[in-house]
Amino acid sequence: MISFIARRLATMVFTMICLTLVVFYLVNLEPNLKKLALAQTNSRATQAEVDSWLVRNGYREPFLKQYGQWIGVWPSQPGRNEAGEPQPRFNYCDESLEPKLSGVLQGNFGCSTKFRTTVAKKLFPALEATGILMFFVLLVMVPVSLLIGILAGMREGSRTDRVLSVASIASTATPEYVSGVIFTVIFASWLGWLNGSAASATFDGITFTNFTLPVITLAIYGIGYIARMTRASMVEVMTQQYIRTARLKGLSFPTVVIKHALRNALIAPFTVIMLQFPWLLTGVVVVEVMFRYQGFGYTLVEAAGNNDIDLLLGCSLVSVFIVLITQLISDVGYAYLNPRIRVQ
Amino acid sequence: MQTTYLDAWQIVFNVVARFWPVWLALVLVMGASFATRKRLGLYGQLYDSGVGVAGVGICLFWLFTAIFSSTIAPFDPLGQLPVMKDALPGAVEPQSGLAYLFGGDKLARDIFSRMVYGSQIVLIIAPAATGFALMVGITLGLPAGYYGGKIDAVLSFLANLVLAFPVILLFYLLVTPGIMETPIPYGMAGVFFLFPIIFFCVLFWTRYKKRPDRIYWLMALTLVLGGWVYAGLVFNADPLHIIRMSPNQLNIFVAVVFASSPGVFRIVRGLTMDIKTRDYVAAAQTRGESPWYIMLWEILPNARGPLIVDACLRIGYTTILLGTLGYFGLGLAPESPDWGTAIKDASRLLRQFIHPALPPTIALMSFVLGLNLLADALREQSMKD
Repeated sequence: MISFIARRLATMVFTMICLTLVVFYLVNLEPNLKKLALAQTNSRATQAEVDSWLVRNGYREPFLKQYGQWIGVWPSQPGRNEAGEPQPRFNYCDESLEPKLSGVLQGNFGCSTKFRTTVAKKLFPALEATGILMFFVLLVMVPVSLLIGILAGMREGSRTDRVLSVASIASTATPEYVSGVIFTVIFASWLGWLNGSAASATFDGITFTNFTLPVITLAIYGIGYIARMTRASMVEVMTQQYIRTARLKGLSFPTVVIKHALRNALIAPFTVIMLQFPWLLTGVVVVEVMFRYQGFGYTLVEAAGNNDIDLLLGCSLVSVFIVLITQLISDVGYAYLNPRIRVQ
Repeated sequence: MQTTYLDAWQIVFNVVARFWPVWLALVLVMGASFATRKRLGLYGQLYDSGVGVAGVGICLFWLFTAIFSSTIAPFDPLGQLPVMKDALPGAVEPQSGLAYLFGGDKLARDIFSRMVYGSQIVLIIAPAATGFALMVGITLGLPAGYYGGKIDAVLSFLANLVLAFPVILLFYLLVTPGIMETPIPYGMAGVFFLFPIIFFCVLFWTRYKKRPDRIYWLMALTLVLGGWVYAGLVFNADPLHIIRMSPNQLNIFVAVVFASSPGVFRIVRGLTMDIKTRDYVAAAQTRGESPWYIMLWEILPNARGPLIVDACLRIGYTTILLGTLGYFGLGLAPESPDWGTAIKDASRLLRQFIHPALPPTIALMSFVLGLNLLADALREQSMKD
């Protein structure tokens, strides 16, 4: 088991390096750098001025060296002004003026040009806000979807199964930007029960009225998917020999379902729920933009929309990390839960 | 001047009436299919279940809507008639006497016409992108599953790499105005669009290489047709100017293919690993058939059931991705009538007007629902065999 985890960790680190290289390359494309330089000097700067700014601030160094500086395995140089004296790249983050190791590994994510502060100061509160949102989403999504899946898969082909299956197909056909609009129309515009915006949740705290719509919008797309997986797994378990044996020995149907079927039927949904995180990430972006909730997704969109290179790199790093770590947990957890898979 | 309005029943009646070519085509196609369903194989079996009929019906409805858009839509989807700004549903446009059935949006365009024309964009890009993703996934997934070993390790690692990107991040990195100044989208398009040509060449070559009367024709046809489409799509240099794609569309097309081919790859690889242990594959190996013949003519036809189901689901998923792109204003032109862009525009003004938001959301939802129902019915039917 230990060597299995170690091997998976090594693959994960390698994947991470490859992905960050790709992201680093795509974010630092020439058009983006030019836009950054224009925004930092003045919008009517000539090509020569743009080039000079990029050279002085280290954007013209070899690609791998820049990447090493960002990661923090190569000492990063301070920016220089026209006279060649050290000067921070941006005047709102106090970057060190000495050449030293200062990158992601040292906890320095760089400087956000959009929010005019360090990336860390913006990114971590945003992650916390999104964490709260995710917590409530999972609190709604997991029990509801498991319940629907178990009820539907318990007796395959029954009326309950038909109705619940069509309902879960319908929910997988409803992306967040569709359900968000529909829920807002019904609950905010028409009935007036809930807030159509979660902007107040960032500052005044979470209340039922401002937080319900984002949570159910985000949950509904995942519910259908997890419910279908649970149903499939439940249907498979219910046809096994040991269930028939348990029934034949005279146990009641609820006992069989709860004591014998459930535990085996929940292994597959566990993996699905873990693998749901990367999908939720897209949903988080849509929902946070739609309901104006200042979390991770909102930050990512602002960073990408405003050519904020360091912040976008930070966001990418976080999202790739989340995806990979959930994959790891789901693999390890699956191997741990399922006695048929014993890794050697 | 006072605007006149139609009442609710007149709106419903008019909407139904505007769709007359669709109803006619639906009745003809579904009636004919139902009558001959015993002879139509898997497609015919769909008519045996309620879910299947609903799925086929919804998908065909949007297909015919896309085909007959210009007849159904009363107005130009981009045309602005200032009197009709933010008009409520059923407002009658004074000059033509025709009604804005679902009202007007903030730029005074007819929402009904935009919804109808939006179906064209979705129904061209989503199935086409899925088709290319299938080609890429199959061409790479078959050898990965069949040979295993190093090829499998490398290809699977690459697929996992792409799958580890959250889709939204991928789009924000790949579909930007900046990236179109670089050769990246064209390079990726050049690689992806090669796969169908390679696929069909290998497909015909392995089967007919000993039959010169057929092989030359088929190869020539593939290369000419493939090369023509390739030139049109990648270099925008179709000599006949029939097939062309703006850089914007190419960019989203490539991004969508890129995001969905690893999924196909994984499925094909898994199916191949399963099927290659069957007796008929062993028989073909003993007969001395080449590996690619076995992959394309023995394994692939036997993997078609799950692949068709997956393709249906994937077209729906691609539609959702396109909507996401539209919702974030990535790639598609801001005045484009596609459903995602319409939802974005409408959702910003949801507090004042709700009518512009509902038609595109319901259209998108119903189309994806139709595809999912279709996939579900197909899965049920193929399990029965």
